[in-house]
Amino acid sequence: MADKVLMKGNEAIAEAAIRAGCLHYFGYPITPQTEVAAYMAKKMPKIGGVFLQAESEIAAINMVYGVASAGKRVMTSSSSPGISLKGEGISYLAGADLPALVVNVQRGGPGLGGIQPSQSDYFQSTRGGGHGDYHMIVLAPASVQEMAELTVKGFELADKYRMTAMVLADGTMGQMMEPVSLDFDVAAPPEKPWATTGTKMAREHNIINSLSLVPEELEQLNFARYEKYQQVIDNETRYEEYMTEDADIVIAAFGIAARVSKNAVNEARAQGIKAGLIRPITLWPFPKAPFKKAAEHAKQFISVELSMGQMIEDVRLATECRVPVTLCNRAGGMIPSPELVLEAIKKAAKDGGVE
Amino acid sequence: MCGHYGSGKTNIAVNMALDLRRQYDSVAVADLDIVNPYFRTKDSAEDFKEAGIRLIVSQFANTNLDLPSMPQDLYAITDDRSMKVVLDIGGDDRGALALGRIAPRIIEENDYDMLMVINKYRPLTPDAQSTLEVMREIEEAGKIRFTGIVNNSNLAEETTPEDVLASLGYAEEVSALSGLPVVMTTVKDSLYGSLRGKIDGLFPLTLQKKPIN
Repeated sequence: MADKVLMKGNEAIAEAAIRAGCLHYFGYPITPQTEVAAYMAKKMPKIGGVFLQAESEIAAINMVYGVASAGKRVMTSSSSPGISLKGEGISYLAGADLPALVVNVQRGGPGLGGIQPSQSDYFQSTRGGGHGDYHMIVLAPASVQEMAELTVKGFELADKYRMTAMVLADGTMGQMMEPVSLDFDVAAPPEKPWATTGTKMAREHNIINSLSLVPEELEQLNFARYEKYQQVIDNETRYEEYMTEDADIVIAAFGIAARVSKNAVNEARAQGIKAGLIRPITLWPFPKAPFKKAAEHAKQFISVELSMGQMIEDVRLATECRVPVTLCNRAGGMIPSPELVLEAIKKAAKDGGVE
Repeated sequence: MCGHYGSGKTNIAVNMALDLRRQYDSVAVADLDIVNPYFRTKDSAEDFKEAGIRLIVSQFANTNLDLPSMPQDLYAITDDRSMKVVLDIGGDDRGALALGRIAPRIIEENDYDMLMVINKYRPLTPDAQSTLEVMREIEEAGKIRFTGIVNNSNLAEETTPEDVLASLGYAEEVSALSGLPVVMTTVKDSLYGSLRGKIDGLFPLTLQKKPIN
């Protein structure tokens, strides 16, 4: 008997968010994430939650700011061009240390681009996107099950560190259907004594703000925020390793690219090439440790991406340029095939002097 | 062929058209699922061409133009009465609006089946009552009444024969609530052998899209 349901990745995000206690969703339709909004529109009114289709992405992210200030779990979702519009609001969330979940189901770009899947918002999500010194916790699911689980994890981490968490999926993850178990634990939200919930004449005013009039104080805020980021780096870095222990060729890939790459690794192993895969689950913080370790024995690294090569920079930094790192990619909405990745593995094996 | 998105209706529509072509000379598939830009009948365009099946579809399907546009040869569906047409209708009330455009002509011709594809394992239609609500929404928007039910309850690649058998009661409940017959139960072809003889009106499906591992 099945204890699973068949869900689209976008639906899994929406259902998981509701189960994580998110009763406030603000969004604006855009392919390929529209099912998140559609699911929320159907479900939220039935459970006393709020679904609001805002007049724009900019309005939606500022509504998120409002609910987050009041201490409630809140999310918005969009796809690449819409996330660019939300960039200012995300920076304000960071400046006010507010917890929220933002979902980006990426499509091909730049500009309006296309509606097919992409991973070309890696820089945008891991390097800022908005202005100022800040980071988001960036989670990269590689299955519909993970779409659900990392949505829950995103809310928990956002609350724990008073940060914005982002689920960075691609169009394939949003659209594909897989059986999902929704039987997972959700930690209750922590107390939020900082939230603007009304003083009831019993405490000082809580103020949520991202403006600092005194530069010395703003500097201290930035220093403190980066100490918090260091805790996130130390405690929340996640990744999956697949056959890396003895690997000569190590692939770095996340999301749909990791699934394609896993097939290629299996095929390469069948052909006698010791290939392995490191799949970052948190893109920020980036899992440097397994790359540094693998660089001790690997001859070559390959970054497999649905972009012109963005994560490859983090792979080079993590391996401290001790081993060559090459790119295997498709762009503009195209997905690398297992055959393409296998060819890249074979070339790397040849170039790396692996028999 | 209607059904909540993800019910499997496009796949069934494709299989049904190929089946019809074995019986009739003039067969077409009309893609009126104009809301969802992915997993369109156009993915099977090559198969249709090979089988001699006409595909009536928007010229913008499967492109980056994310526009709910109707096929330019839409009215061929009803104007050519010698042609058997399988219509792939959008998955909900908004999707079924496109059907409303030609429903009066279909009703006038009065030679049709209007089938609802159901899947017990989809989150928004886990029981008969919620499924009936979706059916009523589609009927309202599509301006035409259902005549039968297709039980396509599945968990994609993980579907077991037990999952299918466990859905029969649900399909019967939908049937009782709606007053409509279950005209067939569809399963992927790999399950057909183990279920044959156990379910009336069993129909094997060849999957059109290869799953990504």
